[in-house]
Amino acid sequence: MQALRITLCAATMAVAFAANAAEVEVLHWWTSGGEAKAAAELKKMLEAKGHKWKDFAVAGGAGENAMTALKTRVVSGNPPTAAQIKGPAIQEWGEEGVLASIDDVAKKENWDKLLPPVVSNVMKYKGSYVAVPVNVHRVNWLWVNPELLKKANAKAPTTIDEFFATAEALKKAGIQAVAYGGQPWQDATVFEAIALGVGGPDFYKKAFIQLDANALKSPTMVKSLETYKRIKPYTDKNSAGREWNLATAMVINGKAAMQFMGDWAKGEFLAAGKVPGKDFLCVPAPGTANDYTFNIDSFAMFKLPNKDAEKGEKDFASAVMSTQFQEVFNLNKGSIPVRAGMDMSKFDSCGQQSAKDFQTTSKKGTLLPSFAHGMAMHSATQGAYYDAISQFWNDDKMTAKQAADKLVAAAKVQ
Amino acid sequence: MHDQNKLWRIALYGVLLYAAVYYLLPLYVMVTTSVKSMDEIRAGNLIALPMSITFDAWTKAWATACTGVDCNGLSGYFWNSVKMVIPAVLISTSLGALNGYVLSKWRFKGSELTFALILFGVFIPFQVVLLPMAQTLGWFGLARSVAGLIFVHVVFGIASTTLFFRNYYVGIPDELIKAARLDGAGFWRIFFKVVLPMSTPIVMVVLIWQFTQIWNDFLFGVVFSSGDSQPITVGLNNLANTSTSVKEYNVDMAAAIIAALPTIVVYVLAGKYFVRGLTAGAVKG
Amino acid sequence: MTQFNGPAQYGFAERWLPRLVLAPSFLLTLVFVYGFIAWNGYLSFTASRLLPNYEWVGLAQYETLFANERAWVAVKNLFIFGGLFIGGGMAMGILLAVFLDQKIRGEGVLRTLYLYPMALSFIVTGTAWKWMLNPGLGLEKLVHDWGFTSFTFDWLVNPDMSIYTVVIAGIWQSSGFVMALFLAGLRGIDDSIIKAAQIDGASLPRIYWRIVLPALRPVFFSTLMILAHIAIKSFDLVMALTGGGPGFSSDVPATFMYASAFTRGQMGVGAASAMMMLATVAAIVVPYLYSELRGSRNA
Repeated sequence: MQALRITLCAATMAVAFAANAAEVEVLHWWTSGGEAKAAAELKKMLEAKGHKWKDFAVAGGAGENAMTALKTRVVSGNPPTAAQIKGPAIQEWGEEGVLASIDDVAKKENWDKLLPPVVSNVMKYKGSYVAVPVNVHRVNWLWVNPELLKKANAKAPTTIDEFFATAEALKKAGIQAVAYGGQPWQDATVFEAIALGVGGPDFYKKAFIQLDANALKSPTMVKSLETYKRIKPYTDKNSAGREWNLATAMVINGKAAMQFMGDWAKGEFLAAGKVPGKDFLCVPAPGTANDYTFNIDSFAMFKLPNKDAEKGEKDFASAVMSTQFQEVFNLNKGSIPVRAGMDMSKFDSCGQQSAKDFQTTSKKGTLLPSFAHGMAMHSATQGAYYDAISQFWNDDKMTAKQAADKLVAAAKVQ
Repeated sequence: MHDQNKLWRIALYGVLLYAAVYYLLPLYVMVTTSVKSMDEIRAGNLIALPMSITFDAWTKAWATACTGVDCNGLSGYFWNSVKMVIPAVLISTSLGALNGYVLSKWRFKGSELTFALILFGVFIPFQVVLLPMAQTLGWFGLARSVAGLIFVHVVFGIASTTLFFRNYYVGIPDELIKAARLDGAGFWRIFFKVVLPMSTPIVMVVLIWQFTQIWNDFLFGVVFSSGDSQPITVGLNNLANTSTSVKEYNVDMAAAIIAALPTIVVYVLAGKYFVRGLTAGAVKG
Repeated sequence: MTQFNGPAQYGFAERWLPRLVLAPSFLLTLVFVYGFIAWNGYLSFTASRLLPNYEWVGLAQYETLFANERAWVAVKNLFIFGGLFIGGGMAMGILLAVFLDQKIRGEGVLRTLYLYPMALSFIVTGTAWKWMLNPGLGLEKLVHDWGFTSFTFDWLVNPDMSIYTVVIAGIWQSSGFVMALFLAGLRGIDDSIIKAAQIDGASLPRIYWRIVLPALRPVFFSTLMILAHIAIKSFDLVMALTGGGPGFSSDVPATFMYASAFTRGQMGVGAASAMMMLATVAAIVVPYLYSELRGSRNA
């Protein structure tokens, strides 16, 4: 009898446990290399909580294919638990009425304290948390090959004038100064760093966040565009269409001295066995040492059909924000944790500087969303900005004034 | 005359071989890259011959490369594709054969118009149908299932299979059908006893064509499948694409060749039947 | 072509059976092709952004579309690409077919070599092409390394020329198939016609031009249909090779439509561009289909 009771008891427990275990389906595009390893950590943590992870990985570009897949899934009435969506796109999805609130998790774990307001506002739709941030990439970095600088007797630039002085010195020494990848998002990445360096954070906010027409056609914008175009003679003519990592390889191999790129470029250097501070330098893009353009990956949560699934969703959100995951994930991916008060001792010098600057710029109000990486404007507007900037870079007949006018028109695209 | 002929033959072979080089170049780049080490690739020799040969990239692509949170290479995706491609090819080919038979041998008022309508269907950009199709599959309960994916491939394969079969069957003499009629054979009997036995060449063509199209499809695969049912093109895309990680071109290329292997094998082994089948179809065209 | 639909010859079942057999395909096409075109047409008049919504906005999306410089570039590129791709692919395919038909040793091997690109998707070959066409990595570098430093081949990175690299890769992929179609056609032509013409003293090129190729009219028809639909739907090709760049200089309608509808959250504009694409196709293909099908009925 006793034995039977125990069996019964065990059986009920097993059933109860099974009922709590949900299938957590996550759409992401971290499918290869360190990114995939980072995502695999998340799977492990959720499985430890008894949930079943269902992988929905769709790579390609900056998630273009994933967005297509996501749209069809939402239209067919089977959204995944969570999907990798970032920046203002979270608001766009919120407007479609398909996102779920995870406020109770956020309140319990005190997210409002852990996240800078610039970040938490992005994660909220109408005041409720609908998304959870994963990491922070700093975009306004300049990657430098110090050996080449030494050859040209030049120093790593801190201002825009210094940058062009260094570039000129390199050119005289017969060294290609800038490694450049001519794809629209890379054009925009370089341009936003230059515009920030030329115009400063207030101008940046007006031009790229508030989409203010006066700022877009101001002399500062024209100067930013001209400065951006001044880089072109220091690149090679074969840069069109080049992948960012091939441009990084040029810096690694000593074929070019500098590259504007976000902190993911670090992974390429490390994979090639280079040591930060010795074989390569990470310095803030010229003139932007006190500013920080961020690119934050996040997961948006979808409305789900039943309670068990919602439980899985909440456990997922909580796991993403946990210190354990934030550390392991970001060590693998080259970015830094998004939550405050993390121990950064395991990170390298570039990562530590990034984390320090993240906190200080957040307090000073110069922590800025990167428009090139979908953090500042709606996707349609961003696409129109891309078009204008890429066209200006590629078309040598186009003047900076014309490009500024195109940006004004682009800002109206919603 | 003889000399001129010889010169002409030399020129002929010259042009043909030159063309062969043009066709082979990309394959050459893929194969050589797949057996290089990453150090060699990073040094920038993308189209040079490899300095040393290693097959590590191949084993990695098949069994251990990451394509999501799992790192089991392409092997699983490969079988998913097989499971999808076989039924889809068989169903769309059968439908095409029947349609072609009706449209060439059993014409009725409006059958030409029907043909034109079906044919125009090949011009619809597939991007247009993604969302309505998703909705429809959702209603049928077929969303993100292999069955749904097969259904999509069948629907959008009908136009080309019908075109192939119809053009082939137009060439079968009507007298044959008439004779069978006089012997008392009906619609189905004529199809199975007279028409189908003559169809081997065009069936080969359509099978090869459909197999290639469906095996290589990426757009439908990425949108209408999920997780453990994704076809190999999606696996390849996941393996080769990364937003912020280090790219391993040798593994990418090895994976690309693995993904293409079945279609290459089909063309090498059955290419003969392909041309032969087209020949048979074009005789009376 | 005799038709067999006299009621005297057929019973009721046999009159309706053919229609019945055709019905599933017809219905599938009706719903999944024409129904979806209609749905898409409706969307193009709505305010759809990220996901479809049904708020009517009239012609606003078309106005946005026509005001978009990039859309016009895409249209222009489609005509350049379509024309050169179809013309070039056809010419190359016919040439190879005629040459291969001259009792060539190793024909089987060569034929397979010409045909295999059709077996590969551009997801697979795109990177290889990109490297070869890139002046710093591929052909131009190779020729420079050989010592001919004045050689330039920078179409891939030149906004004015980038669309032509798409043509090169497109022809590479499809011309083998054209070759197969025409080779098949050539094999179907009675040798005695050619022999007779040769005895009459006609030169070989003349025979092909005046007698053989005109006899292959149906093959032209099939090939044209196949190439035209590949050209219009070219998407993988452009994405893999140039990504529509430099800038948006090699954008085509299919990539434009995809970007609007799926990447940029302008689904209404995407739908409008798809409708314009279909209208263009219809304007070109429908008259052709009509004349060809009429022709085959009267023949």
